[in-house]
Amino acid sequence: MSKVFIALQTNDDTRQIIQAILADNPHAVCNEQPAMVKIDAEGSLVVRRSTIEELIGRDFDLQELHINLISLTGNVDETDDELTLSWNA
Amino acid sequence: MDMKVGKKKLGLKEKYQHMTRGLGWETTYQSMDDVFPFVKYEGIKIHDWDKWEDPFRLTMDAYWKYQAEKERKLYAIIDAYAQNNGHLNVTDARYLNAIKLFLNGISPLEYMAHRGFAMTGRQFPGVGARVACLMQSLDEIRHAQTQIHSLSNYNKYYNGFHDYRHMLERVWYLSVPRSFFDDAVTAGPFEFMVAIGFSFEYVLTNLLFVPFVSGAAYNGDMGTMTFGFSAQSDEARHMTLGLEVIKFVLEQDPDNLPIVQQWIDKWTWRGYRVLTLVGMMMDYMLPKRIMSWKEAWEVYFEENGGALFKDLARYGIRPPKWLDQIEQDKDHISHQAWATFYNYAAACNFHTWIPTDDELDWLSQKYPNSFDKYYRPRLEHWREEAKKGNRFYNKTLPMLCQTCQIPMIFTEPGDPTQICYREVDYKDNKYHFCSDGCKEIFEHEPEKYIQAWLPVHQIYQGNCFEEGVDPTAEGFDPLSAVLDYYHLAQGRDNLDFEGSEDQKNFEAWRGMATKNAA
Repeated sequence: MSKVFIALQTNDDTRQIIQAILADNPHAVCNEQPAMVKIDAEGSLVVRRSTIEELIGRDFDLQELHINLISLTGNVDETDDELTLSWNA
Repeated sequence: MDMKVGKKKLGLKEKYQHMTRGLGWETTYQSMDDVFPFVKYEGIKIHDWDKWEDPFRLTMDAYWKYQAEKERKLYAIIDAYAQNNGHLNVTDARYLNAIKLFLNGISPLEYMAHRGFAMTGRQFPGVGARVACLMQSLDEIRHAQTQIHSLSNYNKYYNGFHDYRHMLERVWYLSVPRSFFDDAVTAGPFEFMVAIGFSFEYVLTNLLFVPFVSGAAYNGDMGTMTFGFSAQSDEARHMTLGLEVIKFVLEQDPDNLPIVQQWIDKWTWRGYRVLTLVGMMMDYMLPKRIMSWKEAWEVYFEENGGALFKDLARYGIRPPKWLDQIEQDKDHISHQAWATFYNYAAACNFHTWIPTDDELDWLSQKYPNSFDKYYRPRLEHWREEAKKGNRFYNKTLPMLCQTCQIPMIFTEPGDPTQICYREVDYKDNKYHFCSDGCKEIFEHEPEKYIQAWLPVHQIYQGNCFEEGVDPTAEGFDPLSAVLDYYHLAQGRDNLDFEGSEDQKNFEAWRGMATKNAA
């Protein structure tokens, strides 16, 4: 199966976001690189608002991700609650 | 970020619907064909523009909010970097040449992308597509501006940053990135979207922004890291748009498939050729290396691109042409490009050098199939010659490829000792190409590519000297006249890094930063 990934800047805003993504995607692998992290996952990857909110202790709008996002691959589907990356093949 | 998230009146999907639909209308005073004159001639058939959807569902109000936040972060860092003399914290002054290349060769493309998306958005009758193009057009001008602002700090101290606008239209190697974008913006709106939105943004920009910018961070260049990542945060949206364009166009009509496939073949190859410059930056110009060009290619092109084309196979799309050659080339192109710039350092606006022994060892290790056999001995030979006072500067001008405008430096697939030449007779002239890819692209649109402004031809035709210069005068020095025309100062902006003003200044200033004056 193909891999999707999401890459985020390494900073204080993303620490819990990364933690949340890894918690929601046990199959994902986190690669730390200078100033950034790249999270790779087979098939699909989900970023869940509720998990992030639990960790940061405040309301979170998934579109805030754009501020610290570096790159991603896969077909994107975003709703108020989840951002999903996936390949169909 | 400390941003208050209020109760939403509309969900994301509903908001997107309201903010991107019903904003357009069928014109009656003028026919739709007159209002959108370019939307049909490429042969792409669109039946329902409302099927267009931005998967991020970003609307203009949210766009401004998040972009403003990105800008505040960026400028806080840029200011701190400048106030703290951050330029003295880069690993060593050779690194500066990578960002000279960036400012001269890449930032102007951001500006061209701004223009391209503005023009393209204007041509699409569908509002969703126009909003997406508007956002990307604004992103691109932001990238051009933030890069120019960030790098202007270096211009206060170092050479080669001083006149990128002027040089873009004149300096020989800059015709490569410039002609690439000129080709795209002079295509129709759908081809532009496939060229830049899909092939460049989706398939290739990760290679530019992710490993290179992470490399800038690794080399202590907070300014470049910051604008790079800030730009890249927009790229994620651009990539998503690029993929959406392909899917949308292919779903609209089966007749669109062969047209789109031909564009994907063409623009992946065109973009790949331009990225030769990035390969060289990664392998030779970052004093502290993060990954080799070949490794980056494997992760970001072979792995991601492979997944992408597997996904698109359901529409009948196959992977781009010439992949077998590209696969072999990854062992070679960065070395071939560096050798070329080393040769032509007298006509460049940045410095080149022979890597240190450690760096040569690193390259040997990263390129076990090619470096020791083909490239290391040549670099070592040049180093020996330079020690004897014969630093090699090539004084002849190279033959250029009519399509990509890169000198004919690339080798035959399967034989790295043989330069690859292709040619085509068209009307009364013979045209030359670096590869089967560039040749085939020419053959598909010869009337476009015969108009190419090839720097070497232009120099020989006498078009690259300042006004009033007489090339027939006694003692006329063509190189010096061309440097004047480029706005480059001989001995300051060009030649080897060893002995350059940049090298001396950096050393002196770094010393002042770490010691008290005597």
